[in-house]
Amino acid sequence: MKFAVVVFPGSNCDHDAYHAAKHVLGQEAEFVWHKETSLGGADVVILPGGFSHGDYLRTGAIARFSPVMAAVTEFARQGGPVIGICNGFQILLEAGLLPGAMLRNRDLKFHCEHVRVRVEQTNTPFTGRARAGQILSLPIAHGEGNYFADPDTIATLETSGRVVFRYCDASGAPTDAANPNGAMHNIAGICNEARNVVGLMPHPERACESVLGSADGLVLFESVVAAAGELAGHGAARTAAY
Amino acid sequence: MRAIDTALLERHGLKPDEYERIVAALEREPTLTELGIFSVMWSEHCSYKSSRVHLRKLPTTGPRVLQGPGENAGAVDIGDGLAAVFKIESHNHPSFIEPYQGAATGVGGIIRDIFTMGARPIALMNSLRFGSLDGRDGARTRRTVEGVVAGIAGYGNSIGIPTVGGEIAFDDSYAANPLVNVFCLGIAKADALVKGSAAGSGNPVYYVGAKTGRDGIHGATMASAEFDDRSAEKRPAVQVGDPFMEKLLLEACLELMRTDALVGVQDMGAAGLTCSTSEMGSRGGSGIEIDVSRVPQRETGMTAYEIMLSESQERMLLVVKQGREAEVEAIFEKWDLHAANIGDVMTDGVLRVKDQGVVVAEIPNRALVDAAPVYDRPTARPAYLDRVATFDESVLTATPAAQDAWLSLLASPTVASKRWVYRQYDHMVRTNTLVLAGMGAGVVRVKGTNRALAMSTDGNGRYTYLHPRRGAMLALAEAARNVACAGALPIGATNCLNFGNPERPEIMWQFVEAVEGLADACRALDIPITGGNVSLYNETDGQAIYPTPIIGVVGVIDDASTTLSRTFKQVGDDIVVLGENFGELGASEYLKTMCGLVQGSPPALDLGKERALIAFLVRAAAERLLQSAHDCSDGGLAVTLAECAFDTGGLGFEVDVAGIGGAAGVSKALFGESASRAVVSVKPEALPRMMNLARALGVPAAKVGRSGGSRIAISVDGSIAIDCSVAEAEETWTNALGRYFAGRAA
Repeated sequence: MKFAVVVFPGSNCDHDAYHAAKHVLGQEAEFVWHKETSLGGADVVILPGGFSHGDYLRTGAIARFSPVMAAVTEFARQGGPVIGICNGFQILLEAGLLPGAMLRNRDLKFHCEHVRVRVEQTNTPFTGRARAGQILSLPIAHGEGNYFADPDTIATLETSGRVVFRYCDASGAPTDAANPNGAMHNIAGICNEARNVVGLMPHPERACESVLGSADGLVLFESVVAAAGELAGHGAARTAAY
Repeated sequence: MRAIDTALLERHGLKPDEYERIVAALEREPTLTELGIFSVMWSEHCSYKSSRVHLRKLPTTGPRVLQGPGENAGAVDIGDGLAAVFKIESHNHPSFIEPYQGAATGVGGIIRDIFTMGARPIALMNSLRFGSLDGRDGARTRRTVEGVVAGIAGYGNSIGIPTVGGEIAFDDSYAANPLVNVFCLGIAKADALVKGSAAGSGNPVYYVGAKTGRDGIHGATMASAEFDDRSAEKRPAVQVGDPFMEKLLLEACLELMRTDALVGVQDMGAAGLTCSTSEMGSRGGSGIEIDVSRVPQRETGMTAYEIMLSESQERMLLVVKQGREAEVEAIFEKWDLHAANIGDVMTDGVLRVKDQGVVVAEIPNRALVDAAPVYDRPTARPAYLDRVATFDESVLTATPAAQDAWLSLLASPTVASKRWVYRQYDHMVRTNTLVLAGMGAGVVRVKGTNRALAMSTDGNGRYTYLHPRRGAMLALAEAARNVACAGALPIGATNCLNFGNPERPEIMWQFVEAVEGLADACRALDIPITGGNVSLYNETDGQAIYPTPIIGVVGVIDDASTTLSRTFKQVGDDIVVLGENFGELGASEYLKTMCGLVQGSPPALDLGKERALIAFLVRAAAERLLQSAHDCSDGGLAVTLAECAFDTGGLGFEVDVAGIGGAAGVSKALFGESASRAVVSVKPEALPRMMNLARALGVPAAKVGRSGGSRIAISVDGSIAIDCSVAEAEETWTNALGRYFAGRAA
């Protein structure tokens, strides 16, 4: 199983995603520089967190034009699992691979802390090993994680089961108090229509070892290793395309 | 060019005798550009002319020291072939003028110092001092706090280096002169530290990073015939930081350092191109010749004077091996950076600056460096010390009941939780943070090894004001104790010495006393100083800040899994107080908060006892005898105990501590700040071994109670003094600071 960790200028969670995939999960992992046009035969693509291009203009707004994004888009179109974490999520929004946009956190401050999210959907490659309703403790670290979309988009996301993670309290209730940034419907993560592209603001890669305070993020990586294994088994033609 | 007269010298901050020195060293009159170069290199900031003779008293060597003062940062051996590279620096004045950018560029500067040494920066910390949050200057102070915190967050978060800890104190003394001291630590291969020296005749000199603008040319050196009043207005006094540019520089430089094409590198911080060219040449025993017309410029029409003195941020100067230019340029191109060849290394020991081929400055290194003034300034013991040496104990009889006083202390900004602050800092990026911000010393693991590094920055200005020598000793002791509480052996320190105007003998006396005290403490605790920074002239309208030495101590934990934090872990653990309580309320947070007095003598410090306590904590942690450990400092034992119960999910405790005889004995027992103390929790089955170890190492240890329940119950000599739910006390402590900023947008 091979993870590609895309590195944009200003990415800063690239090493963390690589560490989780390679050293915690024991999978193959490679950095892919944003100027590359190929993903090097990867089975899973991670767009890591950070401040790509300094977050200048708008978060993710410049990164979407990087040469590698054409390969990421094609990989996603063919059903390959793609996860955007934090800034990676913002890039997926800007690239149109996921709907909606990010506003500044409602208190206009950066937040770094552990929050709880509820797993809403298990039929994505990144949540297949989780339980529906499972509560995960994951760190957030962002200033613009206030998810926003027009009412139709929100309705579509909700009715088609594409809200994958929701901020919640200890009992699993998606309360306003448990919402760290003001995101609509307490949305912490969503997926695309084909369900293979997932974006989320919390950092599962920071929660893969209990010594760091939580290992709840592991389930996302374990899920995709399982899912990509199945894909690889059934889809030799797909892998050959890269 | 205008003639050099007294007024021009004054605007350059040069004294007439210093000018005579320049003429003697050059054996001629300097050009205007040369005058500018001398003025910044001989400024207090760059030359340490007032502090140098005293800084020599600090111990700077030891078996683990790989790099002492003199390079961009110090380095100590941490085992596994690795070095911890670290330093602390001040950015006080810019942070007062423009809090966000002042603090942000402070962070940017210290990060450059670390990666310049070939180290990957992995942790940031900061020590901040502000005026009171309420009162006459409260509104301005709150704005300053918000700006400084946002600036530190904006830079550190963006570049992706976790801010793992720090400390903040509030006192009127800093109202018009806040302190922003920033610390950075990086990891390098011990045998691959990079030096800031230029060598090898003919090797090309490269300039990389942001373009040079007119920003940061110091007000005092802005005098020149070419400037008029209107151009001066356009010039920002504080530089603007660009963390994205620095992130690119960081990655590109580290990539370059993995090749062997690099000879030396230095960042352009204070005094920009002037300082980097002259210091690199001087260290390498060589000369550097540059042509300023080849320096990338942001503005048109810049003079050589301006280019040499600009303090634009995010710029690096590199010397690379001749013949390897293409390889070096390719690395920077990859990161979308342009490396400009601006000159060459020469053998003549001269800094030569040309502008389009015309020589505009030609200064031998020895004139700039060796001939630099060094002052042993007069000192005089300040008269105020006699006025404040003692306090009238009768004030203690009018203080509120213990529990009310305790809650007031928990809500005082200096003692209260700093969650409102550290929540704005990314303290987890790089997935190394083993002790989360606010939970004790900063602790990061070193990936690829079993080790972790602990770090703490501390300093109590009130203590140092009341007793400069002891205050500095206590600062080192507290930082070392904090690191030891995490289970780490302290192995090195860096200092940031914040003082007033050294030309006043009373300030100089404070400085000398503090440095000598620090030197004694370093020797006694076996912790060398590997570098740091001196910040003088911290005064506004003739009013100096409290003398505030901030000491950063770094410690190593051989087995990262033995790392400790401050919090009690489970019901039924024994609680042990280490050290002795002498009930010392002089200079205490209690005396200030409850009585409004900054008086009395700070706690006595027996360095032998401190050393024993540190040795005990390190060994007990390594032998896994402890569940938690927390240093006892601001607010005394009752505050320390409470902090052990906070952030545990409401785990309470019941203790009975020994009283102090005489008047106000309960207050002294609960709030006295005697040094060399810590609170630890221990599984009952480990208690006998722990007590034996304490006895063997000569550390007083008293079991005072047990964890459990949901209340904090503290008795003194069997009489209940404090009985409060953890939830109520924690709410007070957690939210006190944020309330000052509630409803305010950044």
